[in-house]
Amino acid sequence: MLNSLRHRRTLVSAVVGASCLAMAACGSGGGSGSGGGDDVGVTLITKNSSNPFFVTMQEGAKKAGEADGVKITTAAGKEDGDEQTQIAAIEDAIARGDQGILITPNGPGVNPAIEKARDQGLYVIALDTPPDPADTVDVTFATDNFKAGELIGEWTKSQLEGEKATIAMLDLFNDKIISVDYDRDQGFLTGMGIDTKDEKKNGDEDPTGSYDGGDYEIVCNEPTTGAEDGGRTAMENCLTKNPDINVVYTINEPAAVGAYGALQQAGSEDGVLIVSIDGGCDGVKSVKDGVIGATSQQYPVQMAELGVKAIKKIADGGKAPEPTEGLDFYDTGVQLVTDNPAEGLDSIDTTKGTELCWG
Amino acid sequence: MSTTSPATPGAETPAPPANTAAEQFAKRRRSPAQRVQHVLHAYPAISPLLVLVVSFLVFTYLNPNFGTLRTQSLILQQVAVVAALAVGQTLIILTAGIDLSVGAIAILAMLFSAKLSADSGLPGPLAVLVGIAVGTAAGAINGLLVTRLRLPPFIVTLGTLSVFTAMALLYSGGQSVQAGAMPDLMVWTGEIVNLGGLRITTGVFMVVLLYVVIGFVLKQTTWGRHLYAVGNDAESARLVGISVNRVLLSVYTIAGLIYGITAWILIGRAGAASPNAAADANLESITAVVIGGTSLFGGRGALLGTLLGALIVGYFRTGLSLAGVDDQWRVLSIGLLVIIAVSIDQWIRKVRA
Repeated sequence: MLNSLRHRRTLVSAVVGASCLAMAACGSGGGSGSGGGDDVGVTLITKNSSNPFFVTMQEGAKKAGEADGVKITTAAGKEDGDEQTQIAAIEDAIARGDQGILITPNGPGVNPAIEKARDQGLYVIALDTPPDPADTVDVTFATDNFKAGELIGEWTKSQLEGEKATIAMLDLFNDKIISVDYDRDQGFLTGMGIDTKDEKKNGDEDPTGSYDGGDYEIVCNEPTTGAEDGGRTAMENCLTKNPDINVVYTINEPAAVGAYGALQQAGSEDGVLIVSIDGGCDGVKSVKDGVIGATSQQYPVQMAELGVKAIKKIADGGKAPEPTEGLDFYDTGVQLVTDNPAEGLDSIDTTKGTELCWG
Repeated sequence: MSTTSPATPGAETPAPPANTAAEQFAKRRRSPAQRVQHVLHAYPAISPLLVLVVSFLVFTYLNPNFGTLRTQSLILQQVAVVAALAVGQTLIILTAGIDLSVGAIAILAMLFSAKLSADSGLPGPLAVLVGIAVGTAAGAINGLLVTRLRLPPFIVTLGTLSVFTAMALLYSGGQSVQAGAMPDLMVWTGEIVNLGGLRITTGVFMVVLLYVVIGFVLKQTTWGRHLYAVGNDAESARLVGISVNRVLLSVYTIAGLIYGITAWILIGRAGAASPNAAADANLESITAVVIGGTSLFGGRGALLGTLLGALIVGYFRTGLSLAGVDDQWRVLSIGLLVIIAVSIDQWIRKVRA
């Protein structure tokens, strides 16, 4: 049922896409604005157009496009996992005669379309989410999500000072397997010093055992869909299983806000460590307000800018970018944002985090 | 329930002579199956009530934690938003229509009121009213398309689902509005009331009130009776002098008003106005209505059933989660319940025919 629910929303995205084109509201940074000869065209295809992360990415690409005289067209799936709309957008980019595509792939279903684009001579860069296999695209610019998870895991470990960790894991989905989901979740547990068994599988860990410094118990792995109301429902269910939860891992900051609401309602928000990943401006503010203890900040504007610049450079006969040493993607960096720094762990405070935040 | 209107005379059965004699005659001739369907027909909320009681017992047996007052109140919180949307959906389905744009209207109303109040410092009461007005207007648009252009509700709301969703995203730029940026009244629906240790949000009380008010209106007013009449048989309703179009327009408009109020409740629940909230509400509200025993063919059903239907979905989500069962079993069981509910409905219609 859920999946059919998701499918019927592809129609909506088609309409959104069409109205974007009609109104130019989604900003094909047209030839009029940028002055130069717009001979280089780039299409940015995001997972959806409702997540501030991707909205920021679109804005970053448009700004970079204006600066470099590149014509940017944007398209988006209706939601995470919507492959069909992305495939259509790739085909449009080929038809338009663009030089390159920047895509945050919604799943393996878009791989054949990407290969088709590359056969036609387009340079394809994945942003934020490496495709599987990674060499489907020319290069990926992304956050090291596993490392982002590790940072908040290490921070949590140092805050606990050896006391027992009763953990709630608020993931993205429980019906789809997505790399961002398991990288962050497993990275967090690895940072805590918990054996994750299969690094590509959430929830297969021993429910109880010891982390670096004390005993742990994992109460739940609940899906949030990365939204506030999902985070709240997930946390309510976890608290029903065990009201003594003192560590809450969340896939992103909206889910963390929802989780905090559930804790407040239970009257047990004090003394609970909530950690998250994203570093959006709202999220950094939540850290400042004490709702979230620490978050790993990523840099979507950087991904978009680098992507546009790389395609422009290649179109002008330059060299293609190389992946970061030891990884199969180009790491655009991640930093821990917290006002309670931990010994021996690099972090920035919320003031600095606010300067660098997105959304 | 307005079952007082006589059924349309069938082609092969002559009209019964005197009413009382006919009833006695019918009583003597009733098979057990007919007796069951008569009860189901007269009290549509009975089957969902049975399902709810049985699932309560089973889930409490699997995990005693399920039966506690605290867990029960949490489930009520979790289903509150869908249950509120399903009130409007029930009204529309009772008229033999359907609304696929439920969640889209709620999100549109929510983002408009939230963003306006955050950007232009609209005071709280006005911001709430804006949300309710946007919902009402969107509902009226659905109603006008159904009555003036005579388009099937399924097609109308399939179209407006896309239109309203896109409008909400274009207007908000996909950005959510945090609780702190809005006036306090906008997030008042998330305030916690302490009832002797049970902590319940004000939004839940609003949903209960919504059921009481609309339930009363359906049962006790002429408008409610007209609504059932139109759903039963629009042609007969027209013949007895009911303005079918006016009833339909009012139903879609009031449903929109309910979605606008729900948008306010949703902000309190989420702690922010986010375009990603209530993503699956469109179909979840229909699920609640159908499991609640309201007929998709119109004219038969009860609001109480819808509340039970929404609770059943919540029971399965939390109950199976507490029992440590994979969530896909919930998806599967709810799907089966929908099919069973519609089958029962068909059976009742067949025996009546």
